[in-house]
Amino acid sequence: MPGQSVGVVKAQRAHFDQPLNLRSGGILPAYDLVYETYGTLNAAKSNAILVCHALSGHHHVAGHYADDPENLGWWDNIIGPGRPLDTDRFFIVGLNNLGGCHGSTGPSSPNPATGKLWGADFPMVAVVDWVHAQARLADRLGIDSWAAVMGGSLGGMQALRWSVTYPERVRNAIVIAAAPKLSAQNIAFNDVARQAILTDPDFHGGHYYEHNTRPSRGLRLARMLGHITYLSDDQMGEKFGRDLRNDSFSYGFGVEFEVESYLRYQGDKFASHFDANTYLLMTKALDYFDPAREDNGNLTATMARSQASFLIASFTTDWRFTPARSKEMVAALLASGRNVSYAEINLNFGHDSFLMADAHYHAVVDAFLRNIKL
Amino acid sequence: MTHTLGRPDFELIAGWIEPGHRVLDLGCGDGSLLRHLIDARGVHGVGVEIDDANILAAIRNGINVIQGNLERGLDEFADQAFDHVVLSRTLQTVRHTEGILREMLRIGREAVVSFPNFAYHKNLRAVLDGRMPVSEDLPYQWYDSPNVRFFTLLDFEDLCSKMGLIIRERHVLDEAGNIVAGQNKREISFLGSLAVYRLTQNR
Repeated sequence: MPGQSVGVVKAQRAHFDQPLNLRSGGILPAYDLVYETYGTLNAAKSNAILVCHALSGHHHVAGHYADDPENLGWWDNIIGPGRPLDTDRFFIVGLNNLGGCHGSTGPSSPNPATGKLWGADFPMVAVVDWVHAQARLADRLGIDSWAAVMGGSLGGMQALRWSVTYPERVRNAIVIAAAPKLSAQNIAFNDVARQAILTDPDFHGGHYYEHNTRPSRGLRLARMLGHITYLSDDQMGEKFGRDLRNDSFSYGFGVEFEVESYLRYQGDKFASHFDANTYLLMTKALDYFDPAREDNGNLTATMARSQASFLIASFTTDWRFTPARSKEMVAALLASGRNVSYAEINLNFGHDSFLMADAHYHAVVDAFLRNIKL
Repeated sequence: MTHTLGRPDFELIAGWIEPGHRVLDLGCGDGSLLRHLIDARGVHGVGVEIDDANILAAIRNGINVIQGNLERGLDEFADQAFDHVVLSRTLQTVRHTEGILREMLRIGREAVVSFPNFAYHKNLRAVLDGRMPVSEDLPYQWYDSPNVRFFTLLDFEDLCSKMGLIIRERHVLDEAGNIVAGQNKREISFLGSLAVYRLTQNR
């Protein structure tokens, strides 16, 4: 992989006192956002790229911490000197969204009104709320307009939202492995994941912190289910096939097939550090996402409000947000006369392909970003 | 089909396109034609390409390019969204010939089509000598050619007539890119290596 990692990074925290009115009708009186930046903001403040995270992501996008060198950012492979998001040229901002569980204000933060943790009382947040909060962070950093807003999956949806909510503040948008709204099947998967959490006896209506417990079993199931939808059938076949941990069947319900072992491990790992209330909120934000709803479902009218040039990318084996879903956005952008390029990338990793360091995929992002005038 | 810079049909095509027009280039290669039209005529251009390397090259060229397969239709493009839809040196690689011509005139007011003329005298000579033709405009060996349809400009004009397409202009070029003049269609077909058409249809 060409280029280098950004190296040692530090998380920062910004506090906002101005209340944020949320799409759900709720109000956040004050909130914190944790974020990281890589590279240097130029004098004209024209070289900033916002990287938005997906369902379980956070502000630690690239590099590692001085005291935790193993903890690489979740999209480290695309960011750094000589990489597509070239920190010699761009100033990159990544943050943890509201409702998150990595330091920004969310259900596991204290509710100033009660002194207890928010838990289930944390208001429902929508993608557009994240965008408004991100805009305030941009104000704080002195960034009037982003050279690009970028993300994969739910992160791509934020880039799309940015482009129509603050059209004058987004010069380019990179929307990867995303969709203009969820399908019934997408929502169905999310609801099964939520039901796993909501029906866990340790959930306690979302106030499990007060009971000093966590709905780990539900969260683990939710993640196992989600994880299946991130991978392709081919890839699972290649990686695990029907391989057994031991050579013969044991005719029991323990771990027998390698794929079971893998999924249980992924579920356990996730459930040990992620907050179930955040998982619920993030999946609802996904389900509600539908910017064209404001235009009676006319996505072309919605996209016509944007002023950005778009790079849309999808992956051939992504069955969660298929290439056809990306092409819906492409069609709307074409019909509204926007600048748009679309790459359908042949990668075998399903939805998770967007995180892979594939040479062609990264070259496409690199080529698009190199043409951005700062 | 990969465009190469300075191809003679580029200038002809550019001459048919007004500044500010919306141009769709099907099989746009690395985007050279659109780059030329954007720089020379100030058009709003979009290309369609199937090949990964060309997609990358076109993005590097600063072209709006959509990855897709012409054979699978062009549903992402709305009716009459473009002034010109260009299919340069690609028609002979498309299996659904009538389908693509109809799509072009659904999406665009005018279709611009160029293709190698199989009846060019050097091609005929090659066949008479017992060989499939290889030339400037048919630069492939029979076993690695992307071309699936072999036809002449007279064949093409018959198809246009059958489909009710109106030929607004036709230019025929020799291998050096010079415009061929002839007494009649048969003579022009004999002398021309590449045919470039400007088509429309009654609405």
